[in-house]
Amino acid sequence: MAAETPVEYIQHHLTNLTYGKLPAGYERADGSVMQEASWTFATSGQEAVDMGFMAIHVDTMGWSIAVGLFFLGLFRFVATRMTEGTPGGLQNLVEITLEFIQGLVRDTFHGKNPLIAPLALTIFVWIFLMNALKLIPVDYVPYIAHAMGLEYFRIVPTTDPNGTFGISIGVFLLILFYSFKVKGVGGFTKELAFTPFNHWSLVPFNLLLEILALIIKPISLALRLFGNMYAGEVIFVLIALLPLWIQWTLNFPWAVFHLLVITLQAFIFTVLTVVYLSSAHEDH
Amino acid sequence: MNINLTLIGQSIAFAIFVWFCVKYVWPPITAAMEARQKKIADGLSAADRASLDLELAQEKAAKQLQQAKEEAAVLIDQANKRAAQIVEASKDDARKEGEKLIEQARAEIQQERVQAREALRAEVATLAIAGAEKILETSVDAKAHSEMLDKLAAQL
Repeated sequence: MAAETPVEYIQHHLTNLTYGKLPAGYERADGSVMQEASWTFATSGQEAVDMGFMAIHVDTMGWSIAVGLFFLGLFRFVATRMTEGTPGGLQNLVEITLEFIQGLVRDTFHGKNPLIAPLALTIFVWIFLMNALKLIPVDYVPYIAHAMGLEYFRIVPTTDPNGTFGISIGVFLLILFYSFKVKGVGGFTKELAFTPFNHWSLVPFNLLLEILALIIKPISLALRLFGNMYAGEVIFVLIALLPLWIQWTLNFPWAVFHLLVITLQAFIFTVLTVVYLSSAHEDH
Repeated sequence: MNINLTLIGQSIAFAIFVWFCVKYVWPPITAAMEARQKKIADGLSAADRASLDLELAQEKAAKQLQQAKEEAAVLIDQANKRAAQIVEASKDDARKEGEKLIEQARAEIQQERVQAREALRAEVATLAIAGAEKILETSVDAKAHSEMLDKLAAQL
């Protein structure tokens, strides 16, 4: 990581470790020209942009899968050692989380579907853990990655729109699946066509409104989480640009505040997912 | 801010995590929690039943104690009566025995009196004869007067 201007520093911190395909004849950041199209790590932000869709954020994928495996591993570990007697500390933690999610689903979801509660648990804990990675000081992991030869490295998957949209698209597919499954193709189409105005002349207007409302759901889910996490990270990066002696006076309160934001955003994502799926199960 | 394959990769990872959670994480934990809830509920109802049983047992014990007291009172009463009877009976016996003894004593006394009278009679006859001999200064023919003397003795 070279000494850099604040703008470069910020941009550097907001660029993912991208592994993608560059076309033949592409001039790279160091001036060399690609002889033929091939997969490689991006060495500048511009390269990452030029890779287009055929690229993957290795840091986002790696960290999200790592915390996901940590979550499932921990819970599975507890699940295989569950005791009906007095629970130990770890089991207690897991049970509290589970009961919290169970209560949430019971209050919000009106219907019977054994998938919803575990889904909500996965979303809540996974997003919480991914968000929580943000509490690691912004320079630690990028420095280590730099020492290992990786130019860019962002550890918080939820500050990458791919990360949040990936989850919200999964939720969206579930919404569509259950809408069609519970209401049938005809029922779901009818619902889209005849709400909110139950009159044949307003069918096109209704369709426009309802389809827009449907599509807005995953977008708002993903953007809300991404926006909050991204903004928080930018603030952390900005604070890191300040003189060393003043950093902690801002860093510490912001981190404490983020304990709340991290939990709240995970909670909001979970609640809205359950609410959306609940409305997908309801026949009007 | 680039949208790329990560999106799809993240969706796949999400799907796999949810599947794993639905299949291997959620069921065993909730099963154990429900089992514990049931255990606690059973325990509470057992405690309720036990306290009810205790109450019943206490009532029963109190009743039995009461009964035992009543029985004891009856027994004591009977014993008192019986004792009084025995005392009464032994008093009776004693009186009868005493009367019998008195009767015997009287009979003995009577007998002795008769014997003494017989003895006295015999003695009187001898004494009378001796006295008459002295008076008459002669020997009296005992045979000649014995009849008369026996009559006399019989009159005594």
